[in-house]
Amino acid sequence: MATSLERVLHQAKNENRAALIGYIPAGFPTVEGCKRAIDVLIDSGFDAVEIGYPYSDPVMDGPIIQEAADQALRNGVKAKDVLATLHHATERGAAAVVMTYWNPIEQFGVDEFAEAIAQAGGSGVITPDLSFEQAQPWNESAARAGINTIYVVAPSTTDERLRKVTGITSGFIYAASLMGVTGTRTSVSHSAQELVARIRQVSDLPVAVGLGVSTPEQAREVATYADGVIIGSALIKELLGKDFDKGLLGLQELALSLAAATKSANREVRGVQ
Amino acid sequence: MTATVDTGLFGPYGGRYVPEALIAALDELAQMHQELKNDQSFAAELSHLHKTYSGRPSILTEAHRFADYCGGARILLKREDLNHTGSHKINNVLGQALMTKRMGKKRVIAETGAGQHGVASATAAALLGLECVVYMGEEDTKRQALNVARMRLLGATVVPVTAGSRTLKDAINEAMRDWVTNVETTHYILGTVAGPHPFPVMVRDFHRIIGDEARAQVLELTGALPTAVLACVGGGSNAIGIFYPFIDDKSVRLIGLEAGGDGLETGRHASAISGGRPGVLHGARSYMLQDEDGQTIESHSISAGLDYPGVGPEHAHLYDIGRAEYWSITDKEAMEAFSLLCRTEGIIPAIETAHALAGAIKLGKELGPKATLLINLSGRGDKDVQTAAEYFGMV
Repeated sequence: MATSLERVLHQAKNENRAALIGYIPAGFPTVEGCKRAIDVLIDSGFDAVEIGYPYSDPVMDGPIIQEAADQALRNGVKAKDVLATLHHATERGAAAVVMTYWNPIEQFGVDEFAEAIAQAGGSGVITPDLSFEQAQPWNESAARAGINTIYVVAPSTTDERLRKVTGITSGFIYAASLMGVTGTRTSVSHSAQELVARIRQVSDLPVAVGLGVSTPEQAREVATYADGVIIGSALIKELLGKDFDKGLLGLQELALSLAAATKSANREVRGVQ
Repeated sequence: MTATVDTGLFGPYGGRYVPEALIAALDELAQMHQELKNDQSFAAELSHLHKTYSGRPSILTEAHRFADYCGGARILLKREDLNHTGSHKINNVLGQALMTKRMGKKRVIAETGAGQHGVASATAAALLGLECVVYMGEEDTKRQALNVARMRLLGATVVPVTAGSRTLKDAINEAMRDWVTNVETTHYILGTVAGPHPFPVMVRDFHRIIGDEARAQVLELTGALPTAVLACVGGGSNAIGIFYPFIDDKSVRLIGLEAGGDGLETGRHASAISGGRPGVLHGARSYMLQDEDGQTIESHSISAGLDYPGVGPEHAHLYDIGRAEYWSITDKEAMEAFSLLCRTEGIIPAIETAHALAGAIKLGKELGPKATLLINLSGRGDKDVQTAAEYFGMV
């Protein structure tokens, strides 16, 4: 059976547009505040949300997400809060996944974590530091639970390895737009479009581009060639260090303009599968 | 015992848990490491530097007066403290810096806790004409201000890391972020036998010279293998270096001494094996200090170089299969051993190393005069004079 995420991506494809996906760490700025921020994203037209699992050693993340995750951890966020936040998003009818470094999954129990994601209505998990060579136990558990395994590929990933990694991926392929960590950038790297083209050679799965996509202009640009646009740090920046209600208004404004930009992108028509 | 080339697994430990962006660079490194193992010109170049620059082979010193406090056991010290830059760290750094040149990269980065690996990296970079950036937790830059100045004198850029707990683990995170971003031009000189494959095997191979020399020296001096080999363990590079050539000598006990801080029972320690459980940190599975959710717990030790919540994956495996033992030594025990070596032998050891000496005192008392204990004197204590003077109320 298709996951909600797969259905949403299929629908976007039918409408000949890219899906818009937003990232926010659970527990940021608070557990309840995060849920309200997710509501804003859903109401503004985001197709899916990624709930970040705040982690003590986030080597893939730049300063903005580090600070947000740190704040969440200082608030005492635990696994149950991550799952409750996921449940909140899916109850609102959104397609939602969790993005997490590997160790929290291993400590929770690999089978148990996959099952808990499914129980919360989650569509899958993005695992940015689970390398192909170490992925088998997780893939088996995720398959049993019926959830997607979403892997990240990078501009430095060789064609041979792209084949391997996309071969164990489901839902969508997460294309890292550049060599680097998460964060806002003034422009989207050219390597993103090249990487998407290389992925198309080896896989029919939807491809979403993330890392450094921050503005409506950048979202529109990425939406012309990718199946999904992932925004993280730029959303969090609206809430970081600000009065929450004011921050939420800023978040809403940005979210609406990102949604409009993504939907207005000029796309070459790609056939519906 | 050796990890398989492709995966870098030691039993269930090791492997690669890293962003996909780093895989190509790790593959390149692993392949080069394999090729250079059989490359005579590389071996000759490194060996020349060992002889003419860092001062190898390091000598073996018999500690007669210190032995009186170790139940009369024969005590042999492998003097890595006499190496250029003051510790074993230079062995690995020279090897990786030469590899950097062969890869055609012009920039190296490193993490450092106490500053020893940072100083060694800055030294090798100066020698070979490489740009060098060292990441150091902001807390550690304050605790080890002199080493910050040493690195800067050697031409390196020192970047204080203000994220997380502002110590060694956060410096590693920041170095990994730099590496992900600049991997095409930059080599990451990881300073211990932790991290993703091939670092644990590669760093071990650059340090096994300690054990190779020491094994031959002990045999020549005593005509027999030692009863036990002891070394302090943070990430575990000096320990694996001296253990490795003895692994097949089943009669020789291998004992790693972890930093016990205020004591295992207090929770304030840095004993990943004695007081932690398996998990994934900094790109590999091993023992580590973590809470029930897998969040890393901050470690505590008087010794900045052992103040790390993880440990190299090969140590985890040696522990599980029962080939090596790991004991926890408190700050207090380490400082007593530190003081004792100063006063009985005229050698000021690094506080890291003092943990191994404390282990020898315990084991010697247990085994008595028939035992021969080989201790890796991994570093000298010049950098620790301030800490020790404060600890003993001398300033």
